Amino acid sequence: MSRKIKGLGIEVIAILLTIVIFWIPFYFVIVNALKDKKESSLLNLAWPSTIHLWDNLKEVITARDYMLLRAFYNSTLLTVISITVLILVCAMAGFVMQRRNDRATPWLNFLVLSGLIIPPAIVPTIWVLNGIGLFKTLPGLVLVEVALGFPFGVLLYKGFMAGIPREVDEAAVVDGSSGLGLFYRIILPLLQPVTATIIVTSSVGIFNDFTNPLYFFPGAKNATVQLTLYNFQSQFVTQWNLLFMNILLITLPPLVLFIVFNKKIVAGMTAGSVKG
Amino acid sequence: MAKVFKRTYSYAFLIPAAIIYLLIFIFPTIMSFFFSLTRWNLTSWTFIGLDNFKMFFQEASLLIGFKNTLIYALVTCVLKVVLGLLLGVFLTSKIRAKGYLRSVIFFPTLLSTIAVGITFSMMMHPTQGLINTALAAIGIAGPDWLGDTRIALLSVALVDVWKGVGFATVIYIAGILSIPQEYYEALEMDGGGAFRKFWNIILPLSRPATNSVIILSFIGGLRSFDLVWAMTKGGPGFTTDLIASIIYKQYQGGYYGLATAGNVILFIVVTALALPLYSYLNRKEAEL
Repeated sequence: MSRKIKGLGIEVIAILLTIVIFWIPFYFVIVNALKDKKESSLLNLAWPSTIHLWDNLKEVITARDYMLLRAFYNSTLLTVISITVLILVCAMAGFVMQRRNDRATPWLNFLVLSGLIIPPAIVPTIWVLNGIGLFKTLPGLVLVEVALGFPFGVLLYKGFMAGIPREVDEAAVVDGSSGLGLFYRIILPLLQPVTATIIVTSSVGIFNDFTNPLYFFPGAKNATVQLTLYNFQSQFVTQWNLLFMNILLITLPPLVLFIVFNKKIVAGMTAGSVKG
Repeated sequence: MAKVFKRTYSYAFLIPAAIIYLLIFIFPTIMSFFFSLTRWNLTSWTFIGLDNFKMFFQEASLLIGFKNTLIYALVTCVLKVVLGLLLGVFLTSKIRAKGYLRSVIFFPTLLSTIAVGITFSMMMHPTQGLINTALAAIGIAGPDWLGDTRIALLSVALVDVWKGVGFATVIYIAGILSIPQEYYEALEMDGGGAFRKFWNIILPLSRPATNSVIILSFIGGLRSFDLVWAMTKGGPGFTTDLIASIIYKQYQGGYYGLATAGNVILFIVVTALALPLYSYLNRKEAEL
């Protein structure tokens, strides 16, 4: 009996700790996003005397000529296009790399693995993008996101491909299917679990990416949501309520994703990270 | 048959990947070794040998980035391993609030780093901040978390841990859940208690999870940039500058050669530390 009580005590303490460590910061952002300028400058947890939800929302959205809306549009477009390209490119590469085994294989594996470790060379990448005329453009940023997400994606697809029996391929080839037909009609649908994993995890990663847009997508017209928040930091220096409202808005998409795909995200995050 | 094989698994499938990956990632990496030896402005360059590197090792404001990066990577890595393991053990034990606790601890992983950085820099405000107000209420005078040169780097590292510990915990949970039940049963036959269960079973058998957490968080720590940038911009002075933030500052200043040299140094630091660490951990794992 006493052990039961002790166990319950530890649980209660754990829950209280999560409230202090995780819920209070969250509450802090929400409550201050609802205040007026003067009250939010106190940076406390008090409930607002009057709720300014709509005023703050309107002000944040209209700030700098609807910058935030453009940023949401850019970020959404970036995320969707990057993930689409990433999935096609990684699935095709994973398919061939897992099925073939020849002299090039160790080299290819080495190239892919090195991409997981090596920090990207930033200024030379800008130089390359500039050379092909894609610096400061969305397609250029998409290429960067795809190139950086490629190693992890390929490893996931390769790992999953190993579990698809070769007899499936052979049956299709005997039936007269070409390599491309085999891939699109049979393999790609079978790879769906990995595809779902990549969609969920990469969309959070790319939507929240700050460093790459900062370097490769500069300019006011080119804002992504993270850059907008970063720039608002200096602009709203005395209007913390608006800054908090902005934080709240850009936290919503990952929050919704989390509520819908909680298990999927966790499974995806751990995929390939633990052997055995 | 070999011909059919070659045609079916044609290397043509690799063309899109090769173009993007080689052009946008591998090629710039190779070129960075050349450009780090030059003074350049994207269009023309002058070869200056190792001057950029000399500069890096002579300027105190640049050199400090090394020390900080190592401290930062080490502190965040150790804390993530220790806390991740403890939380992993706790969240795989028989508790009722498991689902809730796992979700709450994992959630910060999905937040935007910039948003987390801004929120915490408000909460760490020396006089008005939530943290020091709470400490003052129980009679403790809180430090100036981000303004005191001695602890600013650690403050940022703590926020990094707050945000990243959920990921480490999830990896540990996966590792602990994959331990076969027979081990526990055997230990119970021997009459071993909770501590022996942890020490003799969970700790050695969650080794792969530990290795993953170490490698991922250490490399992540060495490459860290956005959280520090959102919270302190490398300040006060240069006390929280990391190699990655120095690269950004040099780039902003138009010192492209110097920024690229910083990149090469980061490359060398990461490979020189991560590769031996990785092979050492793998050897250890094979010994089990």
